[in-house]
Amino acid sequence: MKKLIVSTSPHIKSPVTTQNIMLDVLIALAPATVMAVVLFGLRALLIIGVCVVTAVVSEFIFNLINKRKQTVLDLSATVTGLLLALNLPLTATVWQCIVGSIFAIIVVKCLFGGLGHNFANPAITARIFLLLSFSTTIAGGTSPQLVDVVASATPLAAIKDGATHQLPSLLHMLIGLRGGAIGEVCSIALIVGYIYLVVKKVIHFETPLIFVATVFLLSWLIKGDITIALYQVLGGGLLLGAIFMATDYVTTPINRVGKMVFALGCGLITVLIRFFGNYPEGVSFSILLMNILSPYIEKLCKKKAFGGAKNV
Amino acid sequence: MFSFKFLGKTHIPHHKNTADMPAVRMPSPKEVLLPMAQHIGAPATPIVKIGDEVKLGQRIADPTGFVSSPIYASVSGKVSKIEEYLRPDGSKVQAVRIVSDGQMQAFEGLTPPTVDSLDALIEAVKESGLVGLGGAGFPTAVKLGALKGGKVDKIVVNGAECEPFITSDTRTMLDNIDLIREAVALFERFAPSVKQFIFGVEANKPSAIAKLKEAFAQNDKVVVKKLPARYPQGAEKVLVYNTTGLVIPEGKLPADVGAIVINVTTLAVLASYVKTGMPLVERTVTVDGSAVKSPKNVIAPIGTSLAEIVEFAGGYVEPIGKALVGGPMMGKCAASLDEPITKTTGSILLFNVKDSEEKQSSNCIHCGRCVTSCPLALNPVEYSRALDYDSREERIAILKREKIMLCMECGCCSYVCPAKRPLVQNNVLAKAQYRAYLAEQKAKEQK
Repeated sequence: MKKLIVSTSPHIKSPVTTQNIMLDVLIALAPATVMAVVLFGLRALLIIGVCVVTAVVSEFIFNLINKRKQTVLDLSATVTGLLLALNLPLTATVWQCIVGSIFAIIVVKCLFGGLGHNFANPAITARIFLLLSFSTTIAGGTSPQLVDVVASATPLAAIKDGATHQLPSLLHMLIGLRGGAIGEVCSIALIVGYIYLVVKKVIHFETPLIFVATVFLLSWLIKGDITIALYQVLGGGLLLGAIFMATDYVTTPINRVGKMVFALGCGLITVLIRFFGNYPEGVSFSILLMNILSPYIEKLCKKKAFGGAKNV
Repeated sequence: MFSFKFLGKTHIPHHKNTADMPAVRMPSPKEVLLPMAQHIGAPATPIVKIGDEVKLGQRIADPTGFVSSPIYASVSGKVSKIEEYLRPDGSKVQAVRIVSDGQMQAFEGLTPPTVDSLDALIEAVKESGLVGLGGAGFPTAVKLGALKGGKVDKIVVNGAECEPFITSDTRTMLDNIDLIREAVALFERFAPSVKQFIFGVEANKPSAIAKLKEAFAQNDKVVVKKLPARYPQGAEKVLVYNTTGLVIPEGKLPADVGAIVINVTTLAVLASYVKTGMPLVERTVTVDGSAVKSPKNVIAPIGTSLAEIVEFAGGYVEPIGKALVGGPMMGKCAASLDEPITKTTGSILLFNVKDSEEKQSSNCIHCGRCVTSCPLALNPVEYSRALDYDSREERIAILKREKIMLCMECGCCSYVCPAKRPLVQNNVLAKAQYRAYLAEQKAKEQK
């Protein structure tokens, strides 16, 4: 008889793998991706394609050069590339997309040890890197082609400048007929993705909810105007950030309570930047800052072991 | 009803394929191998020599010390060998091999014990060779010793059987309900401090729950609790909390909070011994798994080889990848089919090569599934991380802070890990290191 395999328990494993979690994220991003192409046309497709391909290829080459186990099949690089693309405006040039993707994968992820070892979200960090380096093309946002005005002012920038008469209607905000990054404009598509992720148990429902609620309530409180608060929720990259970036496993606290505190902090910083900072938009910065605080939040929010004496 | 807060949340497939199959008694095997350690505590000491004729139920080994258990011949025949046996956990013990004469002739000296007091009951349990049959194998008499203090007011009967595949406890509840009732009556009579008997059974065994409810309809001391079918309901701390709300503190036993946990089959065997005087010589094992031709529940003499039991059940399909003794979550791999079943073996599972493949592990993605799934709210990631430290002081400090010794190796964290990391294996390693450290400290103190 053939020799038997001897291994440690447990001998069965759940069918959930890193790969199919990432696949679920890609599926959840599909509506927003499709809407980006529908609203902005083929150039959006070009941005998405360039970002995804560059991200995957750079991870592949990095692993090859460093003789590491090939990890592109876990699909995390694809997710990073797609998220970065959806965070860029239509005005981003091809080489900016390439630089951004390489930065996200190589500098933010691979140099720290690959998936699971990066301290900050690669897509967010790359977006901020591009924003600071090429403010003219990255900071603004182009309105979809369907609208007559191809003004570059995003709704949040309009609010910031006091030009509230330029604001699109809330309905337009919901379906994506407004200025902004290609993947952030269609709120409905993002919400569909959110529901999918919650149903598939990829994310806990509360993180995005707390993030968005904090922004909504604080905006309402500060401006005293519920319409402005709604624009704050639907405008900018809040939904995209709250649903897809603030729920990143690697760069957020591991425990559920910690994740809630993380979301609360993100909401707070976002509002502070939007109302009191120089930028009209603060979601990326808030997530990056909270990424850095993650380990500490995790420590403070640790659950007490069942029956365990108090931690010393 | 389920309370709002309960421990254990992991969904695992149940595979209770044999739940409707009453156990079938197999004929005498060709030979049995009886290891001296089939329980927690000191291994028993053999009292037979090579060449001795033994009968079914004759004592062949005495307990060594207080936490130990006697062992009885499970067939009639001749002692052919006293050899060294490598246990699945890697330790070595003596084992007695008996070649069966095929007669299964009972030992003449077997008489039902006289039980007229709690002490006599506990003494009888000790004589019966009974240990926790759910898998842990803690000598039952030692556990029942806690009843003497009069502080224990609850007996929690473990009928959760939360491991996939295994249905031997289910069959006990369905087929031996009278024995269970008799055992409860014994405790009612001799342990008056016990005010409540709580049966914890997972919701995936509705017929067993119904049977228990019917049997104890007239007895208001008995409560039958339906537990959610979420792994690991049968783990002691989890079961006690989910049935009584009592929290067993770190390093304490259920008896410290006024409860004793007894497996439902242990209870039935206890009653059977008091009635007949036949000690623990056989048990029900579930034979199942993807490489088994026809899943079955088999009553087999303890010490029978896996090969003979599977053969009796209907054989297997070659090639086998893994042979498990126990359930898929906590069971151990047998190195060959010649290994014997012991007092604590609830199932034999044979898996084909495909189902036995080890999944490649990749980087931890920090998803937190292990943390959420841990029934005792531990953090498996921290243990694995601690093992990476070169400095032993740091390693031990983290393990101490994160309470490694609470880990009961239930397997939830490894099961849910999407990166397929060997978390339980790391925990076991960490526990061994921590235990070694504690032993060193103790030795230092004694100097």
